[in-house]
Amino acid sequence: MEYNWDWGVLFREPYFGWIIDGIGWTVTVSIAAWIIAFTIGSVVGVARTVPVRWVRSAATVYVELFRNIPLLVQLFLWYFVLPEVLPREWGLWMKREMPLPEVTTAIIGLGFYTASRVAEQVRSGIEAIPRGQSMAGYATGLTTVQLYRHILVPVAYRLIVPPLTSEFLTIFKNSSLALTIGVLETTARSRQITEFTFQGFEAFTAATVIYIVITLTVTAFMTVVDERAKIPGFITGGR
Amino acid sequence: MTFDFGVIVDALPFLIQGLGLSFLLTILAASGGIVLAVVLALMRLSGYRSLSLISAAYVNFFRSMPLILVIFWFFFLVPLIIGRPVGGFYSALIAFTLFEAAYYSEIIRAGIQSVSRGQIAAGYATGLTYAQTMRFIVLPQAFRNMTPVLLTQGIVLFQDTSLVYVVALRDFMTATTIVARNEGRLIEMYVFAAAVYFVICFAGSLYVRRLQRKHGR
Repeated sequence: MEYNWDWGVLFREPYFGWIIDGIGWTVTVSIAAWIIAFTIGSVVGVARTVPVRWVRSAATVYVELFRNIPLLVQLFLWYFVLPEVLPREWGLWMKREMPLPEVTTAIIGLGFYTASRVAEQVRSGIEAIPRGQSMAGYATGLTTVQLYRHILVPVAYRLIVPPLTSEFLTIFKNSSLALTIGVLETTARSRQITEFTFQGFEAFTAATVIYIVITLTVTAFMTVVDERAKIPGFITGGR
Repeated sequence: MTFDFGVIVDALPFLIQGLGLSFLLTILAASGGIVLAVVLALMRLSGYRSLSLISAAYVNFFRSMPLILVIFWFFFLVPLIIGRPVGGFYSALIAFTLFEAAYYSEIIRAGIQSVSRGQIAAGYATGLTYAQTMRFIVLPQAFRNMTPVLLTQGIVLFQDTSLVYVVALRDFMTATTIVARNEGRLIEMYVFAAAVYFVICFAGSLYVRRLQRKHGR
């Protein structure tokens, strides 16, 4: 195997700037998508458990639809297909005026996709709460909305911190798919450096280390969150 | 705007060829991944600290990397190591196998741990060696317990094979894109791709659910 090592390439301009830029987009896309995923996922997850049949069905359709189509296909649907099938003005706006079209599309696509996975965790958290709690809630005169607002949802969140952590880690990894619609995030930049310099070892190692650091940071942070959120004596976690 | 779903019919043989490659990649990577995963899981549970650490490091390493980056790594590495181009399919196959093994091994580890310790003790008591106990007693029961989860991971893997698009290997997704671009029919082709993936994966997950009910859990 012949290979000319040159680790210095990573610290030369413009490559160093590319890497920093890439990290910025990876973090931006992931966190913005997570906000969407967490919001929609919570609503859909709760909807999967409510005692109203059509609401449950609608939520189930959402989860099955977004879970059974590959993320890559979903991104292409958002990016290439949606502007064409929307009313004309909207489509034109998406193509011409929407700020940072690639990044925005990646955030929305990744957010809606991850929401279906968050929803499943929220649902399993709510289902893990013993029925006695709901009964006690109703017995004290709470309405269904109050029951969810004050008992089921807060308890469920505290139960599902570990699986949500792994979803949060997954969103960082999945943000690499944004490169397929032209977002220059970490993975895209590492390949770009490889193409420009042929120093694939160095470039891909840099990307690998970046993802490992992200994983370790998030895991350490969430361990603290989990410690504080854990309900003493409650063994049944999410899934 | 007019829709023309005729392009799909015309391109069908080409698309089916792509789908075949997606399936082939899924099946080979899943089989290879599971074999490697059993080894990793046994190492993890072996009680030898060094083996257990190596296995944990492998699993955590691959689980913190995006699959696309792994694919890029092996498309770069494999030809370099072998010293000549071997074709994209083998690079992709190696990438998927090694990557999936990390995920499968966590499932298999849980499966092995779900077999009660009394079974292992009974195996040793009847004079079986470690290998025999694993081969004839623990693994068969473990696999029975974890079949649904393994199949679910297989569905995820099938969806993930669409990522070979980034290295232009002609799976279903790449084939769809080629037709879409050549014919200028992006809407029809991507909606069709979504429908095909959905039908296959949804049918798969319904089957897994039936299996779970049959197993009574």
